[in-house]
Amino acid sequence: MVPEFLLHLKEIISQPWPWYVSGPLLAILMFLLLYLGHEFGISENFRIMCAADGAGEINEFFKFDWVSGGWNLMVALGAVFGGYLAAHYFIPVDGNIAHVSQATVNSLNELGFNVEKDKVPLVPYFYDWQYLFTWRGLLIIAGGGFLVGFGARYAGGCTSGHAISGLSALQLPSLIAVIGFFMGGLFMTWLIFPLIFPWIH
Amino acid sequence: MSRYILIGMLLGFTLYKSEAVSWFRIYEMFHFQNFHMFGIIGSAIVVGILLVQMIKMMEMKNVEGKKIEIRDKNKTIYRYLIGGFIFGLGWALAGACPAPMFILLGAGYTVFIVYLLAAMTGTFVYGMLRKRIPH
Repeated sequence: MVPEFLLHLKEIISQPWPWYVSGPLLAILMFLLLYLGHEFGISENFRIMCAADGAGEINEFFKFDWVSGGWNLMVALGAVFGGYLAAHYFIPVDGNIAHVSQATVNSLNELGFNVEKDKVPLVPYFYDWQYLFTWRGLLIIAGGGFLVGFGARYAGGCTSGHAISGLSALQLPSLIAVIGFFMGGLFMTWLIFPLIFPWIH
Repeated sequence: MSRYILIGMLLGFTLYKSEAVSWFRIYEMFHFQNFHMFGIIGSAIVVGILLVQMIKMMEMKNVEGKKIEIRDKNKTIYRYLIGGFIFGLGWALAGACPAPMFILLGAGYTVFIVYLLAAMTGTFVYGMLRKRIPH
């Protein structure tokens, strides 16, 4: 038998985590990586994977000892496992829900989502192979991925490298990058989404 | 190597349980309709600043016995602003930045393999164009 307190603990960590638990934990993870001699930066993995696939023969940007980035690939692999465990074994009482505000629910419905407060799924329906073969699904998944991969390397980092690591070290370039992230995100959300979403259903 | 897998697992678990992997949370953030995402990023930065200052003041050494140093980033503007803008477009569109992509893949959304391949393609195209675009 599993001891009672362990079941309780599982129940507690299965509930949605508030920001003040999650944020400081991210900083601690960054600190652990610094202690182990590395800088937190997930998007670097895309470059490492390109290099591992032999892109170094075509372009010198990918000509480096990618094995030395093995630690970062392991962090990414760990994130895959973490996602698997969280999604399948630590499900909250009301399911995997995104507890967004009423204002967000209203905005989503204006976009044609048809959602209710406290019933918004954690992931949207278009994260699916079936939608990948529609132009909108392809735009969101493949287009989004391309922009993220291109932009992260152009800017020299992503949310982990700039917003968390860079700003923690008070790097001005990271602040410029984060301002760029938000300008791009606001442009997409406010100006492009109304063009993409109304007809999706 | 296994310690890096553990760090990654904790990263994945944290971002999943705090709903930061959710497309809807990213949408909400860019609409400024909730404090949640700003709280996560903001508190990570505040605690991060304290930890980095502590490293500097105590002259902490890493596991290999070398002083922990954080490299200064190049002081330019174009690459951060333009690259950041492009990244932001993709972040809002897909609703996932690089870490959530791996987490969602693990959570069972296998379509993110396509996102991964697209992100690698984007990185590759950047590598090819690198010398011809402003930094």
